[in-house]
Amino acid sequence: MNLLLATAGPSTYWYLTRSTGAVALVLLTLAIALGVIDVQRWSSSRWPRFVVDSLHRNVSLLAVGFLLFHILTAVLDSFAPISLLDSVIPFHGSYRSFWLGLGAVSFDLILAVTFTSLLRQRMGYATWRAVHWLTYASWPIALLHSFGTGSDVKGGWLLWVGVGCLAVVVVAILVRVLAGWPEQLRTRSAALAGTGIFSLFLLFWLPGGPLGSEWARRSGTPSKLLPHVHLTSAVGAQR
Amino acid sequence: MNGSTSLMSGSRSSIDGVPAPTSEPQPAPALPRLLAGLESHEAMSLDDHLAVHGDIALQRGRGHAAEHLIEEIEHAGLRGHGGAGFPAARKLKAVAAARGRPIVVVNAAEGEPASQKDRTLLQTLPHLVIDGGLLCANALGAREVIVCVCESERSSHESVARAIEERRHTRGAGRLAELTLVSVPSGYVAGQESALVNHLNGGPGKPTFTPPMPYQQGVRRRPTLINNAETLAHIALIARHGAHWFRELGTDAQPGSALITISGALAYPGVYEIEYGAPLHTLIAAGGGMTSSPRAALLGGYAGAWVGAEHLDRLTLSEEHLAPYGATLGAGIVFLLSEAACPVAETARVARWLSDEGAGQCGPCVNGLDALAATVEAVAAGSVAAAQGNQRIAHLARLVYGRGACAHPDGAVRFISSAARTFAAEFADHAQHGPCDACARPGELPLPAAGRSVQTTRPSR
Amino acid sequence: MSHRLRVNPITCEAHGMCAELLPERIALDEWGYPVIAGEPVPRELLDHARRAAQACPTFALLLERDQT
Repeated sequence: MNLLLATAGPSTYWYLTRSTGAVALVLLTLAIALGVIDVQRWSSSRWPRFVVDSLHRNVSLLAVGFLLFHILTAVLDSFAPISLLDSVIPFHGSYRSFWLGLGAVSFDLILAVTFTSLLRQRMGYATWRAVHWLTYASWPIALLHSFGTGSDVKGGWLLWVGVGCLAVVVVAILVRVLAGWPEQLRTRSAALAGTGIFSLFLLFWLPGGPLGSEWARRSGTPSKLLPHVHLTSAVGAQR
Repeated sequence: MNGSTSLMSGSRSSIDGVPAPTSEPQPAPALPRLLAGLESHEAMSLDDHLAVHGDIALQRGRGHAAEHLIEEIEHAGLRGHGGAGFPAARKLKAVAAARGRPIVVVNAAEGEPASQKDRTLLQTLPHLVIDGGLLCANALGAREVIVCVCESERSSHESVARAIEERRHTRGAGRLAELTLVSVPSGYVAGQESALVNHLNGGPGKPTFTPPMPYQQGVRRRPTLINNAETLAHIALIARHGAHWFRELGTDAQPGSALITISGALAYPGVYEIEYGAPLHTLIAAGGGMTSSPRAALLGGYAGAWVGAEHLDRLTLSEEHLAPYGATLGAGIVFLLSEAACPVAETARVARWLSDEGAGQCGPCVNGLDALAATVEAVAAGSVAAAQGNQRIAHLARLVYGRGACAHPDGAVRFISSAARTFAAEFADHAQHGPCDACARPGELPLPAAGRSVQTTRPSR
Repeated sequence: MSHRLRVNPITCEAHGMCAELLPERIALDEWGYPVIAGEPVPRELLDHARRAAQACPTFALLLERDQT
């Protein structure tokens, strides 16, 4: 009985929230890549500067759109107890509170970037630029959130999507650093070091973490949502 | 060789006995005016200053006196002495019409290496300058007068500080405007008006994008009157003796007297007071004559233009007379380049300096002045053909002019273009044959050593 | 009432989008900085001029009403 209830849990919303989350991650990655192409002033006759810039802005907005959908569907889904407040107040909820909380942190940062960008005309360029750097902080946090909460990491596809996105962002950062930004050698080294450390962390954490056994329980899923071992044996016994 | 030099121009009549508005003492004779009463190179004390020029009632609340001053300055036809020559009364009116309590700034930054007049004024006649500042403050209802001095000018600092102290002690009735002395960074563009305001507002000493102009929103977003130190000195005298008196010297188009820094191939380089319209050769004679035959004269400093030696005898020192030669007096600067100097090498040196002195904010200026300097250097080294070099200079000049946030690139363009024209033969010669013997000589045109200002040349007479 | 284009040379970082969006009035010099024709913007180009000003990443391009 209990197992049936457990397997009846994932609804349409659950699928939607996972898929829109993945799409949001891909779009955010694309936004960063386009941002770097934009600031490096790459263009061709088929891809003039204003097109690259518009693409960057529009892809970013699209990413935010998918992000909102991702949050909405997660809230609406009845399987996991996630409230709307959990999306902006980090570590508030009871479902995998740490990993979900990272998502809230990332979302808060993205909200700041989005609002400042929409209201650019009303603030100084320096203020807007300063806030915009937060994108580099929001992205790795979003990736950790995806790996930590995503139930599909073990299934494989989310892992590869995540690794692929990481590769794109690492390349983007390398391109910028090698092109001589930021100006101080110290900051450039810090950027490279940060990227390297983050990638290494993932390399060592993933196998024992989301790819390891019982991640659902270890990451903080409320116990009543976890499949119970003795039920499966009860089912086996009934057969 | 004590005191000031008066330059009597033969064509002017002396004062014809029109009574002065103030009773004691008598208005200054034709010349000297600003430099009147200077016995030595020491600063004139407050007592001496009052003895020579008389007191000016600077009590606040003299409303009619305030309006009267601006009108008087307008009738006098006084223009700014900082280089731009903007009508002084118009600037005062613009500040008066703006919203908010104004602030008066005395600009004695004097970034032009070939100019010494402002530091001379500060070191010998600080009270004349301060008078002018206080008079303007009174006329505008301002409560602060900020004196800006280049940070490397120790003597000027001390002199102004002492003068401000003297004022504090001998001040009689009525608290006037607060006098403050502020250091500004040394550098060619630091004395530009918006750069000055930027520095006073706590930012870097670099020009800003205008509008708003300083007279609308300047220091602490208040309407700010920024006047060159010499302009204020003239105002101090106009307030005492009136517009009519002021116009008794000079020309109709350019009335009054002015301080000129003349240096180079001259026996006694220094700061002299002339009346506008005086012939250059009289000034040279007053300076003890030339020490060698000249190749050319540079007028207006490094934002100015060259005039070839063949014209110097006929040259008269006023804007309308210099205009046909494509030259202006700028901040009152005349430099005589000797025959022995290499004009191409000199131009290359200064062009590179001008490029380095930019604030580094505007692409066209940063890139354009660098390219111009590189072109002149290439011509001097003989690595580019004359025609190509001239073409590149002309092209860059057109490209750079007016595309910076301040007038620095415009001045540099004017200087370099004028050199290419005046010294066309020497430029062509270098393009073809490379450096000449004179190229290795130490430069004659003054440039500050890195990090320091130009050595002060004391007025020699 | 006419409009004019002006660039703030201090904020301009030579991104070059303005010249792409309004080539009739804006050209780029050899270093990538905009050279702007000084005449007023004709009515048929006004929308393009507005778009060019909005596209500037640093808000250096200004479309201003003539203060005459």
